[in-house]
Amino acid sequence: MNWVLIRGVISGTIMYGTPLLYATLGEVVGQRAGMVNLGLEGILLIGASVGFAVSVVTGNSWLGVAAAGAGGAVFNLIYAYLVVNRRANQLASGLTVMFFGMGVSAMLGRAFVGEGIKGLTRYQIPGIASFSWATKTLFSYDLLVYLGIPVALLVWWFVFRTRWGLNVRAVGENPSAAFAAGRRVAWLKYQAVLVCGFLGGIAGAHLSVALARTWTEGMTGGRGFIAVALVIFSKWHPLRAIAGALLFGGAVTFQLQLQAQGSSISPFVLNMIPYAVTLGVLLIWGGARRFAAPAGLGRVYHGEE
Amino acid sequence: MMRSSLGSPTRLLRKGWAMAGARYAVILIVALGAYALVLLIAGKDPIQAYADTFSFTLGSRYGFSEVLVRMIPLLLTAIAVALPSRLGLINVGGEGQLYMGAWLATWGAITFTSLPQAAFIPLLIVLGFLGGGAWASVAGFFRARGLVNETITTLLMNYIAPLIVGFFVYGPWRSREMGASAFPQSAAFPSAARLPQFLGTRVHLGLILALVALVAFWFVLDRTKWGLKMKAIGGNPEAARRLGIRLGVYILVAMFVAGGIAGLAGMAEVASLHGRLRAGFSPGYGFVGFLISWMTGGSPVGILIMSFVLAIVFSVGSLLQITQGVPFAAINVLMAIILFVVLARPRLALSTFGRKS
Repeated sequence: MNWVLIRGVISGTIMYGTPLLYATLGEVVGQRAGMVNLGLEGILLIGASVGFAVSVVTGNSWLGVAAAGAGGAVFNLIYAYLVVNRRANQLASGLTVMFFGMGVSAMLGRAFVGEGIKGLTRYQIPGIASFSWATKTLFSYDLLVYLGIPVALLVWWFVFRTRWGLNVRAVGENPSAAFAAGRRVAWLKYQAVLVCGFLGGIAGAHLSVALARTWTEGMTGGRGFIAVALVIFSKWHPLRAIAGALLFGGAVTFQLQLQAQGSSISPFVLNMIPYAVTLGVLLIWGGARRFAAPAGLGRVYHGEE
Repeated sequence: MMRSSLGSPTRLLRKGWAMAGARYAVILIVALGAYALVLLIAGKDPIQAYADTFSFTLGSRYGFSEVLVRMIPLLLTAIAVALPSRLGLINVGGEGQLYMGAWLATWGAITFTSLPQAAFIPLLIVLGFLGGGAWASVAGFFRARGLVNETITTLLMNYIAPLIVGFFVYGPWRSREMGASAFPQSAAFPSAARLPQFLGTRVHLGLILALVALVAFWFVLDRTKWGLKMKAIGGNPEAARRLGIRLGVYILVAMFVAGGIAGLAGMAEVASLHGRLRAGFSPGYGFVGFLISWMTGGSPVGILIMSFVLAIVFSVGSLLQITQGVPFAAINVLMAIILFVVLARPRLALSTFGRKS
């Protein structure tokens, strides 16, 4: 293994892991409030298309990222309405959001196919970057990458160290008890859904605005579902989500590096690696879920009228 | 938890066809109205779009036969979702199972090239069934062992199956007929391995397979002890387990049969319409099948009606792509609206028409 390859693997892992981290964190918050949201795939697509479109139109990628976060949050209200107000099945409601996201992003993004943008500016860490040529390329990322771990810490702090987090977790574990204790179950669920949509939108924007710098239909390629799987892997804990995101980022980078090195393995086989790794991780960790999952996860809460 | 709030299929049947029909009509009218709004916002002409759709599908014998052709994979993939849903399983993997059925059938068609048609057709049916069934069994096995929920595994496996097909049609199975520049696809199926088509249209044997599957689905679930046990499991898995019903076996068998039925759809598509295996040959039939099953609450009559209606709706997608430049993926918006209406307003739609009748 030469230095160039190692460097490529490390920086690729971090770059490709970042959107997964934001998406997984969002889903962690949603599931802590008792809601499995398969619509994350649609949210990512909305974030990617809105973020890219706004970046092209305004010429400012940060506006694009902000719009993507807002768009994801608003879009996720469809899920909240179905699950909280209409008490619909969570998995089917999530798939509704997924279908919406696929269709709306395709219609919205069509006008922007083939456009190019500068993308998010990459910054170097001053001290380390000047150390040598090698570290200079290794520590050059956009701001969303640097913010990844702080955001994970922030989510952890909110979920486990604040009254709000306690309320959200209470709703996820036992909504009836939370209601009896005077918590506003529906409102807390809406808040969790908004956070989930916001982080999902940011994740999608990172894909299109920072990584690909173009828009292609269906460009998320199932990352939303992979994030749902990583939530199980991370045992519903925001800090373990970092490990999950890096694992997936590593799988993607490993595959891309093999392709770049002219590997004789078919690209179709290599493209399976991230999905296969995710399935494998689910199998290994899946058995432990019943000890870590919020008790009210996936249940319909019928209210106390 | 997995049961839809639409009421059980038998209850729907008892309330009669008119009732069910009215419900689907309400869903469709609301959905088509909302989609017209979407088209308007996108700067398209919805009335023209719907008029075009109607005249191109139901307006001519050819158009009608093409609707039936599209209906075949929708019927089969809808049954593939409805069957395991009786156990409370959510199979979202119809798309992947369809690809794997087509894949294994193609292996048979290009390997045993000299078989007579009388032997070839049954072989293709068996292989298509096995391919999809084996693929779905993976998810079923993990669920039966209590390891992973089948929803997330079937979804992820949807992304793997087309890559397997891609690997084979770009690699070992790639046809060399037109030199190295040939379109990536398998060799042509021998003519004995092509499913027969009827009355000079493209309507093929798959339609009969689909109708047989639908009747078998109804018969097994409504008229046999297995169907009764499946209902018991879906209603209360814990109680069923205490009664000595082996849940794992039911889950595994249901997923295998469901995957097999979806696999038949893939086999029929390649063995009849294309005559070759191509990468990405399905425009998302598996997902529409999921939608149909959910809309109808798994009722056999409902599946038959809605497969037909959605076959028309589905042709809106390709038609609008050509006439109005709307991307094909925009059809997902229409599907999402339908699903949304089903999930959000079941009681309203039911009670309104319940009072009238």
